[in-house]
Amino acid sequence: MSDIPVFFLHGLAYAGLLFLVSAGLTLVFGMMNVLNFAHAAMYMLGAYFSYSIMLHATGQFWLSLMLCPVILFVIGGLIERFLLRRVHALGHVQELLLTFGLAYIITEAVKWFWGNYPIAINIPGVLNTTIQIFGITYPVYRLFILCCAVIVGLVMAIILFKTRLGIILRAAVNDSETVNTLGVNVPLVFLGVFAFGAALSGFAGVIAGPLLTIYPGMAQEILIDAFVVIVVGGFGSLGGAVIAALFIGELQSFGVLLFPKLSMALVYMLMAAILVIKPSGLFGEKQ
Amino acid sequence: MLEVKNIHSYYGKSHVLQGTSLDLKEGELVCLLGRNGVGKSTTLKSIMGVVNPNQGSICFNNQEIVGMKPFQIARLGIGYVPEDRRIFRSLTVHENLLMGIKGGKQKNAGTDDWTVDRVYKLFPNLKERKNSKGAYLSGGEQQMLTVVRTLLGNPRVILVDEPTEGLAPLIVKDVLDMLDTVRKSGVTILMVEQNFKAAIKVADRFYIMSKGKIVFEGNTEQLLAAEDIRRTYLEV
Repeated sequence: MSDIPVFFLHGLAYAGLLFLVSAGLTLVFGMMNVLNFAHAAMYMLGAYFSYSIMLHATGQFWLSLMLCPVILFVIGGLIERFLLRRVHALGHVQELLLTFGLAYIITEAVKWFWGNYPIAINIPGVLNTTIQIFGITYPVYRLFILCCAVIVGLVMAIILFKTRLGIILRAAVNDSETVNTLGVNVPLVFLGVFAFGAALSGFAGVIAGPLLTIYPGMAQEILIDAFVVIVVGGFGSLGGAVIAALFIGELQSFGVLLFPKLSMALVYMLMAAILVIKPSGLFGEKQ
Repeated sequence: MLEVKNIHSYYGKSHVLQGTSLDLKEGELVCLLGRNGVGKSTTLKSIMGVVNPNQGSICFNNQEIVGMKPFQIARLGIGYVPEDRRIFRSLTVHENLLMGIKGGKQKNAGTDDWTVDRVYKLFPNLKERKNSKGAYLSGGEQQMLTVVRTLLGNPRVILVDEPTEGLAPLIVKDVLDMLDTVRKSGVTILMVEQNFKAAIKVADRFYIMSKGKIVFEGNTEQLLAAEDIRRTYLEV
């Protein structure tokens, strides 16, 4: 079974991507109680924007890696400020419908602008190589994805647990209304978290591009896994998202190896099992 | 210092406040009494901007505050202590206290200001548990924490919603003593209570609400004398 380390690393790399997409999703859900169906659309936009940037400025992977999150931060901010906030007073169902509609609109727009077919993106030069690790030859690019996720995760953990902003964010996950009455501009916090989540998702899209082919269904595909991650990890819990992303990443990876026909079902079976044992998720607070 | 004039508030389609008026003078501890569902909590939420009144006016130090957001009203100097002891369950006691400090920086302007050190001196049990998660405190400790968290914002007025609800009689006394101490430190208090026997020990003045309106206003002697009002609007 010399494949085991390879599939383990594959699982880690996918877990990294999943974490980057789920982190914003879980924070937004924890605070605003909005399950954002358009979240993975930001991931897809990140991938397509990066494709266009690299098309026009040949091979500028690093440029798009810096630029795309900024563009998506702005798009996320606009969505929160001018769409979501207006619908907020009407209730959660309307908010859900809004993000659902947005996801469709963005998917159709992507088909319209970029075409309804898969596009392959080349792995940037320096990362397009392999190294020896655990006695196997492994592509550097997947390790790069993992590193990105670890760095982002550490920075987020420092912000959440070591700063005043982090205390506010965690308090808002518990009870945003009370945070508002204590003099914190909660609408601004919501705006920032939503925009930051979109930026992270876009960042994940940029680095996912060269690994997976990009196509208009890529948003739906990762969205399902990301939902499973936040359910299993517990809504609003960043630590839960890390652990659950690792679970799902490895399960997907080894599922393909061991039970190819069941690999999708395994994810749902894990989710069902967790929900039976602990309905609030691994690290979730009862609400 | 706080004047509520003829406000009307709705929860969805139900017309909860139907022209509520009351006022608070500096340094008073005023108690709002009444049965369940008459609009007491909604009155506090309307003052705080959590619920938006459709009609009427609320003036704080002669400034109209209807239409402002809760955080803006908090920054003007009104503190709100919600019912059900809404502490931040996954934050430590210390972090809960830090949340109360506006802008995150403790001003050390006056000796009367509430600071984390002063809170710990006054409530050593909170200091002992400063690194425990809020969820693990007892009901009484959670109530203390909710009140002092609001005090750390150094408000001029605090609105306290049912502070004694669900607490053991001994703890009720602690909480009321605490509110008395707070009032003596110069903070004006508007408190919602169901338990008038508890309230009468600390409050200066009383309002009784029924069906979204104020039906009685008076001091302790007047409330004690008005037996039929009590029977009609308070006793079960």
